[in-house]
Amino acid sequence: MTATLVPFEEVLERYDPALGLEVHVELNTATKMFCGCPASFGEEPNTSVCPVCLGLPGAMPVVNGKAVESAIRIGLALNCEIAEWCRFARKNYFYPDMPKNFQTSQYDEPIAFEGWVDVEVEGETYRVDIERAHMEEDTGKSTHVGTTGRIHGADYSLVDYNRAGIPLIEIVTKPILGAGAKAPAVARAYVQQLRDLIVALGVSEARMDQGNLRADVNLSLSPRGSGVLGTRTETKNVNSFRSVERAVRYEMSRHAAVLDAGEKILQETRHWHEDTGITTSGREKSDAEDYRYFPEPDLVPVAPSREWVDELRGTLPENPVQKRLRLQADWGFSDLEMRDTVGAGALSLVEETVAAGAAPQAARKWWLSELARRANDTGVDISAVGVSPQQVAEVQALVEAGKINDKLARQVFDGLLAGEGTPEEIVASRGLAIVSDEGALGAAVDNAIAANPDVADKIRDGKLAAAGALIGAVMKEMRGQADANRVRELILERLS
Amino acid sequence: MPEITRDEVAHLAMLARIDLDDAELDHLAPQLSVILDSVASIEGVAGDDVPPTSHPMPLTNVFRDDVVVPCLTAEEALSGAPEVEQQRFAVPRILGDEQ
Amino acid sequence: MTDLTRKTAAELVDLLAAGETTSVEVTQAHLDRIAAVDGAVHAFLQVDADGALQQAAAADERRAAATPASVLDGVPIAVKDVLATRGLPTTCGSRILEGWVPPYDATVVTRLREAGLPILGKTNMDEFAMGSSTEHSAYGPTHNPWDLDRIPGGSGGGSAAAVAAYEAPLALGTDTGGSIRQPGAVTGTIGVKPTYGSVSRYGLVALANSLDQVGPVTRTVLDAALLHEIIGGHDPMDSTSVQDRVPDLTDAARLGASGDLTGVRIGVVKELGGEGYQEGVLTRFQESLDLMVKAGAEVVEVSCPTFVHALATYYLILPAEASSNLAKFDAMRYGLRVLPEGVDNPSAEEVMRATRDAGFGDEVKRRIILGTYALSSGYYDAYYGQAQKVRTLVIRDFDAAFAKADVLVSPTAPTTAFKIGDKVDDPLAMYLNDLATIPANLSGVPGISIPSGLADEDGLPAGVQILAPALADDRVYRVGAALETLLRDQWGGPLLAQAPELQGAPA
Repeated sequence: MTATLVPFEEVLERYDPALGLEVHVELNTATKMFCGCPASFGEEPNTSVCPVCLGLPGAMPVVNGKAVESAIRIGLALNCEIAEWCRFARKNYFYPDMPKNFQTSQYDEPIAFEGWVDVEVEGETYRVDIERAHMEEDTGKSTHVGTTGRIHGADYSLVDYNRAGIPLIEIVTKPILGAGAKAPAVARAYVQQLRDLIVALGVSEARMDQGNLRADVNLSLSPRGSGVLGTRTETKNVNSFRSVERAVRYEMSRHAAVLDAGEKILQETRHWHEDTGITTSGREKSDAEDYRYFPEPDLVPVAPSREWVDELRGTLPENPVQKRLRLQADWGFSDLEMRDTVGAGALSLVEETVAAGAAPQAARKWWLSELARRANDTGVDISAVGVSPQQVAEVQALVEAGKINDKLARQVFDGLLAGEGTPEEIVASRGLAIVSDEGALGAAVDNAIAANPDVADKIRDGKLAAAGALIGAVMKEMRGQADANRVRELILERLS
Repeated sequence: MPEITRDEVAHLAMLARIDLDDAELDHLAPQLSVILDSVASIEGVAGDDVPPTSHPMPLTNVFRDDVVVPCLTAEEALSGAPEVEQQRFAVPRILGDEQ
Repeated sequence: MTDLTRKTAAELVDLLAAGETTSVEVTQAHLDRIAAVDGAVHAFLQVDADGALQQAAAADERRAAATPASVLDGVPIAVKDVLATRGLPTTCGSRILEGWVPPYDATVVTRLREAGLPILGKTNMDEFAMGSSTEHSAYGPTHNPWDLDRIPGGSGGGSAAAVAAYEAPLALGTDTGGSIRQPGAVTGTIGVKPTYGSVSRYGLVALANSLDQVGPVTRTVLDAALLHEIIGGHDPMDSTSVQDRVPDLTDAARLGASGDLTGVRIGVVKELGGEGYQEGVLTRFQESLDLMVKAGAEVVEVSCPTFVHALATYYLILPAEASSNLAKFDAMRYGLRVLPEGVDNPSAEEVMRATRDAGFGDEVKRRIILGTYALSSGYYDAYYGQAQKVRTLVIRDFDAAFAKADVLVSPTAPTTAFKIGDKVDDPLAMYLNDLATIPANLSGVPGISIPSGLADEDGLPAGVQILAPALADDRVYRVGAALETLLRDQWGGPLLAQAPELQGAPA
């Protein structure tokens, strides 16, 4: 509707943003939430289904105990209270993806509630309050088929219910207020932190690009300083950390434009378009939407004993804030280096790279420069860039062994992204190894000195900085495959 | 006395995805009013201190082990489908969004 | 030659065990009877002659090898069409499920198969078990074998009529507000609603999940006990299934058959009688009470003041749960698909709406709309929420009553069978049939209906209901069997012996 957007800085002059995030985490249990069908992916259509997840008449659900355990562990990791007694409820609405035409979910009695997480953005800590984390089930998957080849020319859809019933945990924040200009970054940092936590808990693959982790971004603006919450929009299925940040920015600019024009924000869901970086109108939330929640009569209440909850508390991974402090100390990073690492979403990547044998500074260097740039170029999250921490460590090992240098290492990354094999194989197949043959190197140094007599004179006069020009000439002749430090040594040996 | 209007019945029918025609609406609305009038007698019977009963037997924590059991075959799963294509349920075009 | 269809299941067991007949003979006799009378009674929606005879032959092999699968191995049974049967159409009496063949068996059906009971077919019922007369079946009403112009009760009129007409010695029913017991009363047969959660509901197409229960439909109390023991017990596929063992029900039935009730305290529920109850029904009820007192029972009057609200509570909880349960019938995955008229390239939503309009009958639509209303925002607390609280009060009333009495008794249904068509468009009048049976469903307690005789004014059967505390199902069998014995002694035989012979047209 409104084509013009208000520049981000201007939005902040007149409005305060309020954020809210709803994140769905698909659990990695062996079976579905309410039946024993495998919760795996990539099976042939409609083969991981049974009367329960297909919603056949007469079938009844039975709760997967492991999913409850995962839900409690997530709740504890988010500093939530764990309900002493809670129930499943039916959320009634019609949709062909949903076999029973109600979703078995939790309504006013979530398993976990009232928690918080601290996220860090540019050195400042924001506390994000968690309203609830509850258990529910996924839907099936429909594919739209166009008009071609149909007798009646009608378009239609095809539905596969393999995904129907896979356990989901929905984590809902309270409104995040006061983030101001940092609202987009806070949103992103929160989702990243949640992902790290989920990975550390081992309860989900937590890949945003695979849809294991799906974020819905709620946003509203209120006139600056008024404290009155505005009408919110819900942008669905934002599928990368970067997009979470961009979607918040975009919606802030769009809301401001609508409000500036004296119009009203429609309470609606919006679709995020990764390619164009905009949102478009989805479904209007109206009074007609009435989910008629009521307690699921086919399931009995969940009442986790305090002993069980305490036992699960004992299985939690290290608190992320403490873990960050520990890693910073271990790695000897400055505050700025640490902040950049966290901000780039590379903390766990660096950690895994160090665990695979690389020096911390080297690991940081590769992820934050080379790989961050490539992720940015292709518009994916750094974790999805296509190079694993193990491979980064292998590349760095080759550098440290003197087999390649940093410049050649970049070509190795090219090779890795092109799927050319292991780093060592790429070095061999691309002929990237540094020439350590002193004879060839010495000849190249002699050639460079002979070709640049005036530079050689300067070095003889003690202007050692001039050596750079000769080094460049040698590296050029060696097509980069030389150790620059060794070249420098050879030049200085000959001219001192 | 709770009165249920024809418009309300039409709205409820929309929520329940039943295409009631005018004659059905005319017939149903007064019947529902009579039924509602009789069930309205429970108003105030139970005070705020009375807990609701959703399940007649007081069971809790009935869980299943996370162990895979055999599924239906695709043929069995699709056996009742009005239309099948590419081993999927073929359904009319889906409008609008998922919730 | 003796007519095998007139035998009770217990008698058939003896004949089979003694080698005096075979399951194939017994099953064929019932199939023949169905062929002879079901055209007039219309108890069955589906008869599976081939399947039943095959299962009978297998049962005979087991008997011959002296390895019967259960006590009832080889005794045929009819199954209400609300229970999923693999390979056998399951319609729930609804057009929307016409021709649906489930790819799986309900747990109780699995147990029947494992116990070797040949399944004769599926019995008629009110659509999705909504009704008290079986007139709401999309496939036409079932007729009461006592008077073919009258209803056989409902929703399980098909199962009750099948047993009353000697088309099956045993049947399975389901009871949500009286759908086993009320048909039992108006057809002069036995019907038991077990404790909620004591018989698996897996594969029972839910009407109201927190009220539904599967149970036996038979001609004698002992037969009901034999069948109950086969279908009962914990099922991991049903989360609401209780772990407790089924008490020994046949022992209880045999103990009761002596007719002795010394020391048993029988509570008469003040609120379940009087106004609204047919005189002949009350007369027969009083007679039964007098007989039980003579047999040594002590009668105490108990008051359950919230029972007067049970009907209203029920008609809020049931439609609410049902409206959600029936949402799955949407033309996408199974069952009927109707395209709306005059709509080019209709959407899924339009097809759902057209199909649900065409596929559901009036009573189902009424209750779906009512349930949608009761759950909708702004009304939930006043209706569904309040109903669940009253439910708590009903349970407390039962607790207090069972502190004074071992069992509670009342007439099963307020009237005898009415004429087909009399109440079909008067929902409230229809709902009153379940006045006395509903409280047991709200609280989960078990109950049995025993024929109490014929009402003087119309010569039609009436029933007495006996209720016991949750999980004390053995008590309904003991007291039920005692009353059965006392009444039979008075009548000189079973009540059904007084039923007119069916001259019905062949099926």
